[in-house]
Amino acid sequence: MYDSGKIIIGLGVFFCLFTFPFWYNMGKAAPAPDPKIDTPAIEELDTKECVEPKAFMKAEHMQLLNAWRDSVVRDKNRMYAAANGKRHEMSLSNTCMQCHSNKTQFCDQCHNYLGVNPYCWDCHVAPKEKE
Amino acid sequence: MESKRRDFLKITGLAVVGLGVEPTMEAFALGAKPRGASPTWDALEGARWAMVIDAKKCPENCKDCIIACHRVHNVPDIDNSNHEIKWIWRDGYRHVFPEQQNERVPASLKRSPLPLLCNQCDNPPCVRVCPTKATFRRDDGIVMMDYHRCIGCRFCMAACPYGSRSFNYIDPRRGLKETNPDFPTRMKGVVEKCNFCAERLAKGQIPACVEACKEKALIFGDLNDPESAVSKALRDRFAIRRRPELGTQPQVYYIM
Repeated sequence: MYDSGKIIIGLGVFFCLFTFPFWYNMGKAAPAPDPKIDTPAIEELDTKECVEPKAFMKAEHMQLLNAWRDSVVRDKNRMYAAANGKRHEMSLSNTCMQCHSNKTQFCDQCHNYLGVNPYCWDCHVAPKEKE
Repeated sequence: MESKRRDFLKITGLAVVGLGVEPTMEAFALGAKPRGASPTWDALEGARWAMVIDAKKCPENCKDCIIACHRVHNVPDIDNSNHEIKWIWRDGYRHVFPEQQNERVPASLKRSPLPLLCNQCDNPPCVRVCPTKATFRRDDGIVMMDYHRCIGCRFCMAACPYGSRSFNYIDPRRGLKETNPDFPTRMKGVVEKCNFCAERLAKGQIPACVEACKEKALIFGDLNDPESAVSKALRDRFAIRRRPELGTQPQVYYIM
């Protein structure tokens, strides 16, 4: 093989650069998100339940919020009848955040982990949190 | 039964098309309304909301309606008039009714500026020009804005003959001393205007400006109800509207 020295060194450099992200970030995995639901408002509830079951909320809350937004703003319908028959006002600030008053511990945990940046709080007012 | 290669291929093709039906149906279903959505129980159900402003009762130098509205709706107070945001404001008679050709008008009219707000037109030019349908007219006559959809093109501002719309050139939160947490603020880059207190009507309350007016110069109600305060006021007194010749059918009436 001609120039085997150069080729082997080149391959070595290439391999190091190519795998750089893997070994540079080794052992530095971001901690898995751990959204907290221990706000005072939730602690006081007799039955701790959201407007829909937990699994649904986990997977579909963004679609639910979009449907709520369209319903309130465009169709004037502000009341939501949940699957269990209870009725709730469709409002991010006045319904969701009344219980989940810990935006940094509840919303931001997963959103930051996943690198999603919903623009809710550009306009809607986040509840005040203790430092 | 004998089956030809040609028939087999036809049936296979149909089956593949059939497989595509279900996801398509699901995609349409996603746009569906939330299950069991309904209005609030105590919403003031009216067919056509309107406002009557009694100019004679409106005192000079009073800003009660403006303060109340702007506090409830998180409307910022910005000193720079190029960036100012207003939902309800006051201006002189000559500016409000430029088409009124009377050379002599009562001194009180010249002295005291009139309250102005979005006219909630029956034929709103802002709705016609909005490219994203962010501005739309509800069946009860309120011209609403969906701030989620506004792209800040400002066509509506050019179309509105009443100057009722303001654009957020800077972050409006910079101009807010205190925030009402029950109502959202806006963000930089959207247009905003009076919404006839749609969020208060849904709870059975009258608009904040009407509630705040101690002199009862602002009257609010349903024009389709002959016994409502606005219907009575317009039956008894002669009222004028801003720029009626444009055909926008404004629904804010001024008793002079």
